[in-house]
Amino acid sequence: MKGPFTLRNGAAVLLLVWLALLPLYANLTNDQFTLTLFTRIVIMALAAVSLNLILGYGGMMSFGHAAYLGIGGYAIGMLAHEGITNGFIQWPVALGASALFALVIGALSLRTRGVYFIMITLAFAQMAYYVIGGIDRYGGDDGLTIYKDSQFGGLVDLNNHVVFYYVCLALLFAGVFIVWRLVNSRFGLVIQGARSNEARMRAIGFPTYRYKLVCFVIAGTMAGLSGALLANNADFVSPSMMYWTRSGDLIIMVVLGGMASPFGAVFGAVALLVLEEALSGITEYWQIILGPLLLLVVLFARGGIDGLLVQLGAWWQARRVKPSAPERASA
Amino acid sequence: MTLFIEQCLNGLQFGLLLFLLAAGLTLVFGIMDLVNLAHGSLYMLGAYFAATFAAWTGNFVLAVILGVAATLVVGMVLEVVVMRRLYGRDHLDHVLGTFGLILFFNEAVRLVWGPAGLSMPLPSWLQVPVEVLPGISYSAYKLALIAVTLAVAGLLYFLVMRTRIGMLIRAGASNREMVGALGVNIKLLYTLVFGLGAALAGLAGLMQAPILTVQIGMGENILILAFVVTVIGGIGSVRGSLVAALLVGFIDTLGRAYLPDVLALVLSHDAAATAGPAISSMLIYLLMALVLIVKPEGLFSAGGR
Repeated sequence: MKGPFTLRNGAAVLLLVWLALLPLYANLTNDQFTLTLFTRIVIMALAAVSLNLILGYGGMMSFGHAAYLGIGGYAIGMLAHEGITNGFIQWPVALGASALFALVIGALSLRTRGVYFIMITLAFAQMAYYVIGGIDRYGGDDGLTIYKDSQFGGLVDLNNHVVFYYVCLALLFAGVFIVWRLVNSRFGLVIQGARSNEARMRAIGFPTYRYKLVCFVIAGTMAGLSGALLANNADFVSPSMMYWTRSGDLIIMVVLGGMASPFGAVFGAVALLVLEEALSGITEYWQIILGPLLLLVVLFARGGIDGLLVQLGAWWQARRVKPSAPERASA
Repeated sequence: MTLFIEQCLNGLQFGLLLFLLAAGLTLVFGIMDLVNLAHGSLYMLGAYFAATFAAWTGNFVLAVILGVAATLVVGMVLEVVVMRRLYGRDHLDHVLGTFGLILFFNEAVRLVWGPAGLSMPLPSWLQVPVEVLPGISYSAYKLALIAVTLAVAGLLYFLVMRTRIGMLIRAGASNREMVGALGVNIKLLYTLVFGLGAALAGLAGLMQAPILTVQIGMGENILILAFVVTVIGGIGSVRGSLVAALLVGFIDTLGRAYLPDVLALVLSHDAAATAGPAISSMLIYLLMALVLIVKPEGLFSAGGR
C-alpha cells in the first residue's frame, strides 16, 4: 500500500472511493438494492480480510471460518431473544464467544498441519453448525428472527440503512488497517516466517505454535464481528450462515482477490458477490457457470485479481519504459 | 436388549458405509496426494444413477451394478479432464478446484433430474425382516448392506495386498517417481485408482438410496463424516479408515440412541431432552479432538506424512 502510484494501488483507491460514495449514488438514483447488496458485500469482505490474515499471511488453511459468522451472529440473536438488546453488552459477548471458540479450535487444530488442518477446522465448524441447529430454544434449523437491532444508547442508529452501511464500512477499513499493521509488525513477520519455513523459525527460537494461535484467535474475533454485523443486517440468524459452503465462499474470496495482499480479500469479496448477483440474473442455474469458473481460476490465475493487477501494471510499465531504455527494463 | 442389538447392527452398517467413502478418499489422498471435496458428489451421483436405472430397468440388482459402473466411468473421466491437472499443486488449490466441482455437480443434477428428490423402491425380497437371533429380527436390506460392504472391504484388501495392481498402488503411495521410472504407466494407474475411489463412493451412495431420499447435497454431510473418519484413522491408511469408520459408526449411532437416557440420570428430564441431541451430535467430533490430542497424525498414519 505504500510506494509510488501503481495500477494496483490505483484500483484499490478507486474501489475505496466507490465504496465510500455508494450511499450517495444509491440515494440519487433511489437504488436501494445496490445499497443492500453492498452492505452484505462489505460485511463479507471483513470476514474475508480476517481469513486472509491466517490463510494468506499465516498459511493456515482454515476451512471453518464461517463458524465465527454463526457464533458472532447467534450471540446477538440469542441475547436479543433473551431481551438484552444493549449493543455494549451484545457486541463484546459476540467477539468474546468467537475468540473463545477460535482459541479452543485453534489450540487443537494447530497441533496438525496441511490436509489434517483443513479437515479438522472443517469438522469443528460443522460440529458448531449441528450443535446450534440442535438447540430448539433458539429456533433450531429454522433460525431465529431478531426483532430489535443492537441499541447503542442513541449513539448510532443501526436501523438507518445508510448509517449501518457506514458503520460496516468503517469496521472494514479498520479491519484492513489492523491486518496491514499486524503483518508488517514483528509479530506478522514471525507469522509469515512460519508460513514459509516453520522448522527454521522454531530453530531460531520462536514458539511458532503460540504465535499462530494468537493470529488464529485475532482472525476468529474479526470474523465474529462480521457475524454480529450480518445478524444486525438481516435481523435473522440461522445455522446456514455457518454451513461449510460458507467457509468455502470465504476461501474463494481470499484466493480470487489474491492471497496475502492487503486489499486482495476486499477485491475478492466484491468480485465474487457481484459475479454471483450477475450470474443469477442470467440463469437460475448460475452455479453451473461459477463452479467451472473457479476451477479455471485455480488452474490458470493463481495470483487472483491482485496478481492480475500487478502483472498488468508491470506490463504497462515495461511498455512505457522500453523504447527509451530497453536494457534497464529487462534488467 | 433387543433394541441394543438392533442399534449395534445399525452402528455396524453405518460404520461400514462410512468406510466405503473414507477408503476412496484416503486411497486418492495416499496415492495421488489429492484432497477431493467432490467425493461427496460422486456419492450423490451413484444414488441418482441407481435410482434412474432402477426406474428404467425395474431390476434392483441390475440398477446397482449399472449405477456403480456409471460412477466409475464418471470418476475416470473426471480424473482425465480435471484432477490430472491438480496433482502436484498446493492443497488449497485442490480444495478450491474441487469445491468448484461440487457447485457444478449439484447444479448439473438439478438441471438433469430437477430439484425434487428421487426415491428408489426396494424389491419385495429385501423388505422382509430377518430373524438374526431367536426373537430378534432385523431389516433384510440392512443385513444385505452389511454383507455387501464386508465383501467389498475384503475384496479391497485382496486387491491392494494380494494383486499386482495393488502392489503398484502401494508402491505408488510410497514413491511415485520411482514407480514411474520403473516403466509403470503411472497416468493409467492414477485414473484407475480415482475410478475405484469414485465407484466405492457411488456404491455407498446408491446403497443409501432406498433408505434415504435421493437429493441434491446428500453427499455433503456424509463427506464431512468421512473426513472425520480419515483424520481419526490416519490419512492414507485404508486399515486405519476401517477401524475409525467402525468406531465413528458405533459411537454416533449408540450416542444418538442412548445419550439422552444417560443424561436423564444426571440432569433433569427437560435439560436432558434439550442437551441430548446437541451433545450426541458432538460426540464424534469430541472423539476426533481426543485422538488429535493423543496422536496428531491419526491412529494408523501411513509412514512419511
